[in-house]
Amino acid sequence: MRFLLDDEQSDFARSLDALLTAADTPAAVRSWSAGDPAAGRALWSRIADLGVFALAVPEEYEGLGPRPVELAVAFVELGRHAVPGPLVETVTSASLLTGPGLANLAKRFLPGVASGETVATVALPGGGPYVLDGDAADVEFVVGEGPGAVAVSDADAVSDADAVSEAGAVELWVSAPMASPRVRHSPRVRRSIDPARRLALPRAGGELLGTGPRIAAGAADALRWARLATAAQALGVGLALLDRTVAYVKQRSQFGVPVGSFQAVRHRLADAKIALEFARPLVFGAAVSMDPADVAAAKVAACEAAYATARTALQLHGAIGYTAEYDLSLWLTKARALRSAWGSPGECRAEVLGHGDGFGRLPRVPRDDLSGGGLRCS
Amino acid sequence: MDLTHSPADQAFRAEARAWLDAHVPARPLPSLETAEGFAAHRGWEAELAADHWSVVSWPAAYGGRDCGLVRWLLFEEEYYAAGAPGRVGQNGVSLLAPTLFDHGTEEQRARILPPMARGEVVWAQAWSEPEAGSDLASLRSRAVRTDGGWLLSGQKTWSSRAAFADRAFGLFRSEPDTPKPHQGLTYLMFDLRAPGVTVRPIGRLDGKPAFAELFLDEVFVPDEDVIGEPGRGWRVAMSTAGNERGLTLRSPGRFLASAGRLAALWHERGRDPFTRDRVADAVIGARAYQLFTYAAASRFLDGEALGPESSLNKVFWSEYDIALHETALDLLGVDGELADGELAGADRGWAEGYVFSLAGPIYAGTNEIQRDIIAERLLGLPKGRR
Repeated sequence: MRFLLDDEQSDFARSLDALLTAADTPAAVRSWSAGDPAAGRALWSRIADLGVFALAVPEEYEGLGPRPVELAVAFVELGRHAVPGPLVETVTSASLLTGPGLANLAKRFLPGVASGETVATVALPGGGPYVLDGDAADVEFVVGEGPGAVAVSDADAVSDADAVSEAGAVELWVSAPMASPRVRHSPRVRRSIDPARRLALPRAGGELLGTGPRIAAGAADALRWARLATAAQALGVGLALLDRTVAYVKQRSQFGVPVGSFQAVRHRLADAKIALEFARPLVFGAAVSMDPADVAAAKVAACEAAYATARTALQLHGAIGYTAEYDLSLWLTKARALRSAWGSPGECRAEVLGHGDGFGRLPRVPRDDLSGGGLRCS
Repeated sequence: MDLTHSPADQAFRAEARAWLDAHVPARPLPSLETAEGFAAHRGWEAELAADHWSVVSWPAAYGGRDCGLVRWLLFEEEYYAAGAPGRVGQNGVSLLAPTLFDHGTEEQRARILPPMARGEVVWAQAWSEPEAGSDLASLRSRAVRTDGGWLLSGQKTWSSRAAFADRAFGLFRSEPDTPKPHQGLTYLMFDLRAPGVTVRPIGRLDGKPAFAELFLDEVFVPDEDVIGEPGRGWRVAMSTAGNERGLTLRSPGRFLASAGRLAALWHERGRDPFTRDRVADAVIGARAYQLFTYAAASRFLDGEALGPESSLNKVFWSEYDIALHETALDLLGVDGELADGELAGADRGWAEGYVFSLAGPIYAGTNEIQRDIIAERLLGLPKGRR
């Protein structure tokens, strides 16, 4: 038992932090929000060069993974720098295609994900109805019950031997790579409270890749990755909000003294610090166990901590924090959006307590497992 | 990042579990805050001590098992999961003993620790004074030099467990005219039944004498009961304060067990939709506290000192403890109003636990003081007008 990042993991975080500090990330966020993904895609390749997306891809498909702890390390940094794009969704797609029986698909898509060439987005049961950044992604995966919202455009394109669509069965669809040049200001896009998150309803048409219980199982696994990465990203967002606010209240004066010397201000920031520092071990603990209840717990705690910190950050910045011009807004709006992404706080809390299936999860090591373990019990 | 315990640690956990399964009283002991309960809990400490389970982290020479921090945490998880009784010796074991390990003499350790481990001598903390509170530097009780020792005079208050305890430890002003208020303090141990000591039990919110006021009138303390150097008590006390706020007072095992009981109660009560989110938060909070503690333990084992992060810990557990018990009382509905002892089975114990939890943000340095420490020492904010 040594529950700390090792030197390699800490160095990885520092490299990513250095890269993103040197890049003009806020400018990339603003152009991404305006529908111009060029700067964001350039940043994406540099992030991929450090191996971030390869962490979600198994070695046999030219990846380094799957390595959820390193991935959590990376997503904390991506959140701290408010990096735009379907980061969580690309990692989630990689997990989805890694499931048993999908070797063909993995071979087809994952090397591109690992190298950063392929930007993917995805919609899964339990993850909400929208795909993120569908207008900027290269591929769009959709898992849902079929035959349904989308029609098979080309039956021959069904690439998996047993991918036969049945009524009510879970199906995995992929949209054909988008026509080039990319659609900007696509009418499909629905504005998010976070301008950098471009939500869209899944694309109609495409190619049926697979169907049946293993797709459903793969989607449930992938949901864990989505929630873990979102939790880590939210933690990073919260840490950035706290850092920026601490710096601000040290230099901003009122009544002749720094605002940060007022007890009301100090105590709000102390509370933000406490919430974030107790969310952090949940995120990394979930990455170690990958237990769905642990992951849901991490998502709740990290998103609540980031959101509470956002409220504090706005209050302590005052009116300047309320403007879109000031960079604080890049994190403020994301903290709100991530709370709902990939499972609301209520859905995740339900997961922690166990679903209505007759068993509850108690936070105690099972009587027959003396090794450690997660939230699950009874 | 590793949450797997070594085979040796797992074997230790299994041994603790087996012992507890065989020995934990089938019926809960009477409340610690009654004379009858105090005596029963002393008996339980003796039973634990007979098999070296009362102070697992101490050296074997003093009755312990030489366990490292991780095994102590595993023991605590097993202890509370087994529903074992609250610890009557906690003030001594978690506050005085670490101070003696760091600053005491070999003679003091050999004389004081073994009876403490057996529950024969139960210690009370005598730090607070009227009008001092968290500001220990403004203590006024005096220690005056005399032949072979010191004479203590003054008043201490809010002294936990002092109504039934045997001895106490605290800070006294031995040099009245020092330039700074935290200088000239001496850390002393004294007998609560010595001539000149008057103990006045104080009823807690629920009326139970969980703490007491101590009036001291020239109470003689021999030199051998001074810890560290006379006049340097502040430094000695600060290491104890860190322990109190940090790991030892509220181990994760206790909250994991409480959250488990709360989740079980919630399932039993038909998955009440109105408390669902708060029950989930209690489960999440216990897990967060466990993992935070594992991380702190890992850093400690790497040789890092536990610093101001113990203030994060203190605010977290004290507020968590209240939220957890409030949720249980709300879940019990009208029965949540009933005083402790009026309910049975899984409904029992929440009321007393609630009253106990309410003190958390007040003692061991109020949470306002802890937030100031976090602001200044962890966030680097400018010193403020308090």
